[in-house]
Order: sequence, then structure tokens, then C-alpha cells
Amino acid sequence: MNGFLDRVLGRVKLGGWLAVVAPLIAVVFAVLITSVVLLAAGKDPVLAFTTLADYGTQPRSMAMILNTGVMYYISALAVAVGFRMNLFNIGVDGQYRLAAVIAAGLGGAAVVPGVLNIVLVIVVAVVVGALWAAIAGLLRVYRGVSEVISTIMLNAIATGLGSWLVSEHFGVLTGNDLGTRPIPDDAHMPGIPLIAGTPVLVNGFIVVAVLLGIAYWVVLNRTRFGFELRATGKSESAAVASGVSVKKMIVVTMVMSGAVAGLIGMPELLGASYKYSNNFPAGLGFTGIAIALLGRNNPVGMAVGALLWSFLDNSSNQLQLLDISKEIVQIMQGVVVLSVIIAYELVHRYRIVAEQRRVSRELAAPQEAPKAEAAA
Amino acid sequence: MRAFRTVMAGAVAVAVTAAAGCGGEVSTATPRTRPLQVGLVYDIGGRGDQSYNDAAAAGVDEAKRNLKGMRVREVEAAPGEPAARKVERVRALAQAGYDPIIAVGYSYAPALARIAPRFPKTRFAIVDEPTVSGPNITNLLFASEEGSFLMGAVAAMKSRTGDVGFVGGNPSPLVRKFEVGYVQGVKHVNPRVRIRIAYLTGPHDLSGFDRPDKAEKAARRMYRAGADVVYQVAGASGAGVFRAAKDAGAWAIGVDYDQAKSADPAVRGVILTSMIKRIDVAVYDYLASVADRTVTSGPVVYDLRRGGVDYSLTGGHIDDIQPRLEQLKQEIIHSRVKVSPG
Repeated sequence: MNGFLDRVLGRVKLGGWLAVVAPLIAVVFAVLITSVVLLAAGKDPVLAFTTLADYGTQPRSMAMILNTGVMYYISALAVAVGFRMNLFNIGVDGQYRLAAVIAAGLGGAAVVPGVLNIVLVIVVAVVVGALWAAIAGLLRVYRGVSEVISTIMLNAIATGLGSWLVSEHFGVLTGNDLGTRPIPDDAHMPGIPLIAGTPVLVNGFIVVAVLLGIAYWVVLNRTRFGFELRATGKSESAAVASGVSVKKMIVVTMVMSGAVAGLIGMPELLGASYKYSNNFPAGLGFTGIAIALLGRNNPVGMAVGALLWSFLDNSSNQLQLLDISKEIVQIMQGVVVLSVIIAYELVHRYRIVAEQRRVSRELAAPQEAPKAEAAA
Repeated sequence: MRAFRTVMAGAVAVAVTAAAGCGGEVSTATPRTRPLQVGLVYDIGGRGDQSYNDAAAAGVDEAKRNLKGMRVREVEAAPGEPAARKVERVRALAQAGYDPIIAVGYSYAPALARIAPRFPKTRFAIVDEPTVSGPNITNLLFASEEGSFLMGAVAAMKSRTGDVGFVGGNPSPLVRKFEVGYVQGVKHVNPRVRIRIAYLTGPHDLSGFDRPDKAEKAARRMYRAGADVVYQVAGASGAGVFRAAKDAGAWAIGVDYDQAKSADPAVRGVILTSMIKRIDVAVYDYLASVADRTVTSGPVVYDLRRGGVDYSLTGGHIDDIQPRLEQLKQEIIHSRVKVSPG
């Protein structure tokens, strides 16, 4: 049974030319709506889109877009792991922030030198993210608490816990900014000169992000665990009937989602800011939800979505120079997500209707033939 | 307030022009041929936040009216954005030829440290942040101890119990300056007045500026013990002090803005006066100085003399002591009364 949710979360695949048509419709639709909004605001849409194109094709901007996109992509993966099993981990946000605070505190203390410190920071972040997500998984399994509710609440608790840790244990004041002690130079993740023509380095975590994307695909599509996860997502009762322990799957999936979430803050922590402070990026977990929807939980789709999202976010400065308010970017992002959902749903419905027509034609055909004969 | 602000800004403009006219080297300098193209970067909230950012915007608007041909481009921050985007924002403005560029708030300090050296001909200014410096960076700072001195004087004059209080968000150097000035003001008027001091959190904890419950508890304790005027320097926590004052039927003193106008209407009546930080004046003054090329690098402290800190009269609660307060203000301006920054 193909429910709307199955289609939105990309569990139903489109075949052939329909797979190309759906994203095309979405893009055209998004451009149209955004143009209408720009016109309503008295701005020139052509100027806005040429500025966007201009900005997006400069080497410097490309590096910036990749750097933000890496964080968005990891966040989308963390969300998607849960989505594939009908688990809505809204708590990715709290999981990555708490993981980043604790990892930053330990990394700044420099208990081990150099590369070991990088490894320690990453491992700690993964473990903290996993444990924090596990709370929601256990609550769901043993107390029947919806993970949507518990993870939202755990986000708030993570915020409080994080600021308590920074202020009482890890915090040092630089000027007016309170943050953890900076991670020493020997434990910085090196950047990669990936894009020619700009001194801006691409964050080394792009490699980690790509590996994660591949691992996500392999685990889901080529392992027994992945099969059980997708099966549980499609039909819990069918999964139970075929011997899958749904309780175990819920906890393990939440833990995996949280472990990936723990990595979200790492590109910033080990490659850019080297500390957790008031300036640390917030809200990436929610960006991940939007991108997972945009990319339909597909590893390549989410990569495209993450880059698009990052491109729009980064171009906000340039648009503001044209006196186009930064809210336009948010409108565009929202419109893109809705366009994708609507375009895919329309194409799916078209496919279903077309299929029904084809079937009824085939069923009708042999009955029509004798009639024709009789008429003759 | 609107009219007052205009008068103030106008007065500053006159003062600046007058100062410029006196300096021989300034008058011989070739006048700037190109009108100013001002870049303004806001922190989260931007124009319309009815607080910090709006104060800066008011200064820019005033400058737009008075400086011929000046154009302004304003760029806002998005909540939760990575620090790299602040750097890019400042860079984009500098690259597009905006000069000067004003950063509203300390979160732009790393961005200025990165970008200002790369654009040595562009002028930069940052509000409220002393740590970042360079030959083309101006730090717009405020002599909060002078304004707080006047608040201490008000408290001492208005207190009937001879007992006053101070509630600070946290004992950081920034807030300690308020306390030091306040205590000096109280002692100057009446050395026998008792001063109760409370800080809501430890020195490295910013949560003290967002805990009205803690502030309410601290203020309640002071009022119960006999204090009848409490000065709050605690950001959003200040609302708790106002609530406690209302319940105790006593006075409270606001900070940064005219809080008798901006606070919850239910508690506005208990706000005796507010120590106003004139970010608008600082921004206006800076722009005027860039326009006539008298701008200097490094810290510029906006004090009582420059109209950078001041007190509000809303509600008319201090009308009776205003002549004495005005006299005290003049004495500080002319250095007859010395206020130590702590």
C-alpha cells in the first residue's frame, strides 16, 4: 500500500522518465513562485536570479557553499536514518549541539596530542550524540513515548545542559564571547584546496561526509540490518511476522541517527571555529529535516539538497546588497521543499492513474474484440 | 524621546562641525568628493528589534538626513549562522566598495579582525567591543560608569530608607564598571547609604542576562531587607527586578534604553529613571567624523560629555531632583567630579 508518507519519504521509487520530470517540475515551480514573491516585493526577479547565478559560479563562493553544505549533508543523513524507519528524530539538533559542547571541552583540554586529539574529539561526539538519542529510543520502547515529543523536549534539555557545561566547566571569556578553550593547532582538521582559483580551503570533513553517504546507502540497501530497517518502516506488523525485533530496531536506529548527528558539529569545531561558543552554528538539525525531505532520503538527492540549501543561505549576503531582504532566502527554501513534495506527489498520482488506465485498457481489450467482430 | 533624540544628534553634529572647523589641518584637507557609502552589518534581529540594532539604525537614519548624499546598505545576520558567514558579510561589503563599514555588536569582532587588514583603505567601526584593533578600526565604547554614577546619585537622593541595591547579570569587567560607578554616585551624595550588591551568576556565565526569575528573587531579598531603590544591569533579567519592585511598592532603575517606555506596561510605573546608552549618538558621531575626515582609530569612549550615556526623565519621577542631577552631570563633564572606571 502506497501511502502519502511512503511517497514523501521516497520509499516508492519513480521509474524511467518520470524520475527526471519530478525534480524538473519542482525547480520550475520554485522559480515561478519566488519570482512572484520578488515582484510583489517590488524587486526585479531577473536581477535576483542572475546575481544568484553569478555568486554561485565564483570559486570562492563554491568553497563556502561546500563548507556549509558538508554540515547540512551530515545532518540530513542523521535525520534520514530515522525517516527510513518511520522514526522522526526531531532531536538531531540537541544531539549535535550537546555532542559538540562536550567534544569541544575535552578537545580544548588537550589530554592527548595531535591526531589522537582529533580522533578523541570525534569519538566523544559520536558517543554523546548516540547516547542522547538513545534516551528517546528507550523511552519509546519501554514507555511508549512518541520520539517526536521526547526528542523535542530533549533538545531543550540539551540547550540547558550545554550552556551549564560551558559556563561552569569549559568556559573562557574572550572579549565578550564566552566559549570553550580553543582546540590546539596540532589537532585541527586540515582543509583541502579542492577548488582552483580561490585561497579558501574546503573543509576536510567533506571526505567524511562522502564516506558517510556511501555507508548510508550500503547499510540500507546491502545489509540485513538495512533490509530489516526498511521493512520495519514499511510495515511494522509484516516485519514482526518475519522475525524482526521492532524494539531492538527502534533503539538501534535512534542510536545510529544520534551517532551521525554527533558528527554534524565536527566540521565547524575541528575545521573552522576550534571552540564551542555563542557563535557556534545552531539549528542545523532542523535544516537536516528539510534537506532529508528535499532529497527524499536518497544519498545523492540529499547531497544535491544540501548544496542547494547551502547555496541559498550563503547567497543571502549578496541578495541583501541588492536590497533584497534576507527573508527571501527563507521563502525560497520553503518553496523548494514544498515544490519537491508537491511535484513528486503529482507525478506519483499521474503514474498511478496512468497505470490504472493501462490495466483497465488491457482488461477491456479482449471484451471489445468480440464485440467488434459481432458488429462486423 | 523622538524629538529629544533629534535635538541631541543635531547638537552632536554642531559640536563635531565646530571641532572640525577649529583644527587647521582639517580645514586645509581636500573635502571628500564622493558621498559616503555606508555598510552596516547587524547581529541577529536587525532593524526593528526595538533594542540594540534599532538604536544603531536610528543613528544611521539621523546621519542620512544630515549628511548630503550618504547612502546606506544594511545587511542582517541569520539566527544560528556559522561564524564564517559573518566574515563573508563584512568582506562582501568591503569588496563592493562600502566605506565605512559599521559592525553592530561584539559577535563581529573575529570578522573585523580577519577582513580589516585586507582592506586597509576602508574604515571599520565596531560597537561595544574593545578587543579587536587595527589602524582602520574604531571601537565605539561607552562610559557606563559615568551614567551609573548619576544612577547612584538618583538612588541616594530618592531613597527614604537610606538603603539601595544593585543587581548585575554577571560580574564580568563590563558589568563591574556599572557597579563601580553606581557605588561612587551613591557615596558622593550620601556616604551613609547602605548598598546591597548581587550578581546572578558567575563571571563567565551569560545566562545571568536571561534569568528574570533569579533577578526577581535577588531583588525581593533586597527590598525585604529595607532597600527601596534597586538599579538593574542584567539585560532581559531586569524584568524580574521590575516585578519585585512593583510587589514591594518600591523603585527600580533601568538600563541601556529608556525602560519606562520599553518595559512591560504593567511595571513601567516603578521605573524611576534609566541609564541610557546612546548607540545612536555613537554611530551618528562616527559617521560625521568619517564625513569630515576627523575619524580616529582605536577606542572612542562615548561619555556624558559626548552624550553617549545619559538618563531618562520619562514618568516625571525625578523632576524634583533634576536640577541637582544636571549640576552633577556638568561637574563630571568638566572633571570637577571624578568617576573612576574601576
